Amino acid sequence: MSVPHDFELNRRDLMVGGSTLAAMTAVPAAVKAQPNSTGGAALSNISLTVNGQAHALELDTRTTLLDALREHLHLTGSKKGCDHGQCGACTVLIDGRRVNSCLTLAIMNEGMEITTIEGLGAPDQLHPMQAAFIKHDGYQCGYCTPGQICSGVAVLGEIKAGIPSHVTPDLMQPVTASDEEIRERMSGNICRCGAYSNIVEAMTEVAGRQG
Amino acid sequence: MKFDKPETTNPIDQLKVVGQAVDRVDGPLKVTGTATYAYEWHDPDSRLAYGYPVGSTIAKGRIVSMDLSRARAAPGVVTVVTAEEAGELGKGSRNVATLLGGPDIEHYHQAIAIVVAESFEQARAAASLIQVTYQAADGKFDLAAEREGLGPTGSDDKVGEFETAFANAAVRLDETYTTPDQSHAMMEPHASLASWDGDKLTIWTSNQMIAWSVEDIAKTLKIPPADVRVVSPYIGGGFGSKLFVRSDMILAALGARATGRPVKIALPRPFLMNNTTHRPATIQRIRIGAERGGKITAIAHEGWSGNLPDGEPENAVDQTKLLYAGAHRLTGTRLATLDLPEGNAMRAPGEAPGLMALEIAMDEMAERLGLDPIDFRVINDTQVDPGNPNRPFSHRQLVECLRIGAERFGWSARNARPATVREGRWLKGIGVAAGFRNNLTMKSGARVRLDGRGVVTVETDMTDIGTGSYTIIAQTAAEMMGLPIERVEVRLGDSTFPAAAGSGGQWGANSATAGVYAACVKLRETVAQRLGFNSKDCVFADGEVRSGDRRAPLTQAASNGEVVVEDTIEFGDLRKTHQQSTFAAHFVEVGVDAATAETRVRRMLSVCSAGRILNPKTARSQVIGAMTMGVGGALMEELAVDTRRGFFVNHDLAGYEVPVHADIPHQEVIFLDEVDVMSSPMKAKGVGELGLCGVGAAVANAVYNATGIRVRNYPITLDKLITQLPGAA
Amino acid sequence: MRAFTYERAASPVQAAAAAAANPGAKFIAGGTNLLDLMKLEIETPSHLIDVNGLGLDTIETIPEGGLRIGALVRNTDLAADERVRRDYGVLSRAILAGASGQLRNRATTAGNLLQRTRCPYFYDTAQPCNKRQPGSGCSAIGGFSRQLGIVGTSEACIATNPSDMAVGLRVLDATIETVKPDATTRRIPIAEFHRLPGDTPHIETVLEPGEFITAVTLPSPVGGKHVYRKVRDRASYAFALVSVATVLQQDGTGRVAVGGIAHKPWRVEAAEAELPRGAKAAAERLLAGAKPTHDNAFKMPLVERALGSVLDETRS
Repeated sequence: MSVPHDFELNRRDLMVGGSTLAAMTAVPAAVKAQPNSTGGAALSNISLTVNGQAHALELDTRTTLLDALREHLHLTGSKKGCDHGQCGACTVLIDGRRVNSCLTLAIMNEGMEITTIEGLGAPDQLHPMQAAFIKHDGYQCGYCTPGQICSGVAVLGEIKAGIPSHVTPDLMQPVTASDEEIRERMSGNICRCGAYSNIVEAMTEVAGRQG
Repeated sequence: MKFDKPETTNPIDQLKVVGQAVDRVDGPLKVTGTATYAYEWHDPDSRLAYGYPVGSTIAKGRIVSMDLSRARAAPGVVTVVTAEEAGELGKGSRNVATLLGGPDIEHYHQAIAIVVAESFEQARAAASLIQVTYQAADGKFDLAAEREGLGPTGSDDKVGEFETAFANAAVRLDETYTTPDQSHAMMEPHASLASWDGDKLTIWTSNQMIAWSVEDIAKTLKIPPADVRVVSPYIGGGFGSKLFVRSDMILAALGARATGRPVKIALPRPFLMNNTTHRPATIQRIRIGAERGGKITAIAHEGWSGNLPDGEPENAVDQTKLLYAGAHRLTGTRLATLDLPEGNAMRAPGEAPGLMALEIAMDEMAERLGLDPIDFRVINDTQVDPGNPNRPFSHRQLVECLRIGAERFGWSARNARPATVREGRWLKGIGVAAGFRNNLTMKSGARVRLDGRGVVTVETDMTDIGTGSYTIIAQTAAEMMGLPIERVEVRLGDSTFPAAAGSGGQWGANSATAGVYAACVKLRETVAQRLGFNSKDCVFADGEVRSGDRRAPLTQAASNGEVVVEDTIEFGDLRKTHQQSTFAAHFVEVGVDAATAETRVRRMLSVCSAGRILNPKTARSQVIGAMTMGVGGALMEELAVDTRRGFFVNHDLAGYEVPVHADIPHQEVIFLDEVDVMSSPMKAKGVGELGLCGVGAAVANAVYNATGIRVRNYPITLDKLITQLPGAA
Repeated sequence: MRAFTYERAASPVQAAAAAAANPGAKFIAGGTNLLDLMKLEIETPSHLIDVNGLGLDTIETIPEGGLRIGALVRNTDLAADERVRRDYGVLSRAILAGASGQLRNRATTAGNLLQRTRCPYFYDTAQPCNKRQPGSGCSAIGGFSRQLGIVGTSEACIATNPSDMAVGLRVLDATIETVKPDATTRRIPIAEFHRLPGDTPHIETVLEPGEFITAVTLPSPVGGKHVYRKVRDRASYAFALVSVATVLQQDGTGRVAVGGIAHKPWRVEAAEAELPRGAKAAAERLLAGAKPTHDNAFKMPLVERALGSVLDETRS
């Protein structure tokens, strides 16, 4: 079964879908094609390491990490839901920590290891969290999903590292991956389709497997 | 195919694929971020430009002048398009306010310009350089203030003699309830990418109703519909906000036309809530009269709402015509003219706010009668349209929903006396409400192709807004053609495909799969003919066509080229002769903090009677998602109106709170095992809106059971409880 | 977002000097509040000084007692620090009650102290707001003010400080350490750090132009039971309607600071003297002179009841 990420395109169609872009991100020319010599706005040369790959970009200094990923590297898995840190759809991992990529400038993230949803897994090589989301139907429209999954992976790491949360009963005791802990920690990722109950199940399964 | 007789047996009844809890076929793309949403289409060879909208900062009045010079001179700016530059525009038949305002301004944040620049950053910066001088006019923004003296919209719906029967009733209730303006708040903002090729326009967008959009884009831009192509294969949530053409499509098209380049635009979140549509606030008066034994003799439901001139009322009273028995009835809406942004459909328009009120009223009435709220509803169940007893329901199992739910939820443990159960710092309560939503059906087309590899491809402009359309359509075609689901490919959301039902009014799943069913029936006939079978007695199974002792591989039919057929399901009069509706019972347990009055939902169950469930996994997700939205509506969601300045103040996702993970407990859903032979060959109905209808009232009734405080004004925030809590000064 | 130039600071003093030399400059650390506001052009710096490379990201034990928290310690790390969890639980709890995991991973100690109000009229640049545009008026007064202040407000502004962390620091008597452009340093008690709106709601702290926060220090632990109770509409990822930070001792004495009701974390010494007599007496002193609006009058009983609930819980 496949769905129309592979629309047959003629030239008039102009556009190609995201799934064919993996190869393109490696081609700096696609990035350089972005018009940027318009004067006025300060441009910066920025090097970003995304999913293990280094990219040299010349960007408007105002470019957020999210827009650098989506508009310049064409890694559109990270979503723009609100652009103000109010929804979590843009969540990526920076040096292993989850961050709202809409509220950080690309230029502030030089030298860091950035992992996006594309870096976690691919359709034919799913990360266990991605597979668990499919199994438990932890999504509907899919727009918040990459952010939920990046957050979900990080949350299990945070629990393992003993980082407390608002609902941790005793700050001096070890933290467990209880439903309540998962719900609180995932609350920075809004899902308007309301898949929360299923997401908790998906994460619980992965947490269990991790032991 | 015309569907005008109750369905008998058909290949769907095999339920080898349909009815199974199949994983979403689009899942691997969605979980890896490789499904392409509107703003993400990309062509390395085109000179894409970025658009950014400018919105009115007054609610009503006129633009006196616009100074675009600074914006035009700003770095990277390609052009600025305003209504003046755009030339004469039409208006979509489904739009109330115009999508590009000026000089007249109809509401706050009505779009008045698009700035197009080389980069997003440049477009956004330049947008703020546009200087607008307005002449503001007085507007009306306060529904409560406009309520007085409003007459019926059209005429009231009357059965019997309500006033007399109500006056003579032994037990009466006459209460008024309010629901606030609500925002869809789907996660993907409205976004479009437009590209012109000569006179032909293609818009990659995020939209629930492709064919409607083609029409209304054409109408707005005054071009032939044949010159418009709309593509929307993935939609990051809609809930009604993307039923219609919105400003993103028109601004992108105008920007692209002005620049001769593809232009894309996404509505910024803080702009979106006043720029687009919302669910209008309501004031609802409900009167119920009953005999002492609980039988309803008189029921009236009147609903007040507001909208822009030419806008529609929020029809919050419709379910009251059908949900409960009672000889004497009155329902009607009253519409105020308000100059707030356009009110329009949001998930279960009408019923969602209507049941938020009606099902509190039923709870209150049960208490007055000294009846259990479930018993009271059972007493007043009806198997026929109460306004027209010759019209039976096609299939109605509301009572079963209530009874099964009561059993599963532990209803018998409920203490009917409120504010009596305490658990630590929490006051505990449980509540119930009935859910009801009509089953709508829509004409729906599909094209199916069988190729030499034995792959069936379905093409339809149906959309998947998270509802699972890809998956249930694949299941339908697989079932019909006797193929594993892996051998079916589904292509959606493109106006070059046959027009389908689209996603709205919970009609999508049943209607669109019925359209695919019709096309597959045709494909089966064509295949049988090509293979020399008598199509009547053919069995399609395991990739083969079988008839008696003869069998042939399906692929053989396509050995000389693809077999392509197309059909459309059309619905006859069964909805006139039979009332088709869906039913639910919603059960909720809440804890209310005894000190602070914070309400937290602890358990939820919905039992649904909605015909055949095509995929229990995706259908369940629809229902739990709707239950979640119901919790939001009950406890937190409200667009706050500034009645002086005429706008929704909390216009972002920090100010307009929707439920987060921590608000939602484990949710349980039970689907009654049933089919509705009147609804379609699929024997299915919708669940996506049913899951929302009544949930808010179940929460409200649970809060009452917990605290003894009856809140009739949603959302039930702590400020409405705190001064009346047990022990409050 | 207006265009700006960007530099990475080499040292705290250099950062302060660079900021003082350029009136349009802003420091950026986590960026979680500043970038939000820059996108809306509520903040319009012409120059950003990125201070993330300055270190200042450790928590040191002060030999005489107490902790020195580097200005750039991320909220997550501060809340998770074992010493903070053990000895300053109210601070851990306050931080964990705020924002989301993602935001806490980036937001810094200094940045959190400087975050700006969430008043919806401040956030809409089309609306008059004295804080955003001095002299333009306050649209919140007479408007939608459910979230806004009830004490210490003025005719010019009824905004609240949205920080949870600051309420925790206030109840712990933290001190803010800064360096000025001329390399002199100063220590500002948190009680004096945030200002009331008065006629100048746009001036929110006592920091001088260019003055740069280097650390926040906590005095020696005071023991007692630490509670942070945050009251909000949804269960997480929301700003406080009211929050109560308490440190209560066995003998019934203690401290209390309240968030969500004023332009700064609200603490009244006279109210603390009333704590042994209970929430009602303490709340009366805390809220003396309060001027709630129609929309937020509920915060009056809410403060009392939230405090009462904390006292009950602590003493039971």
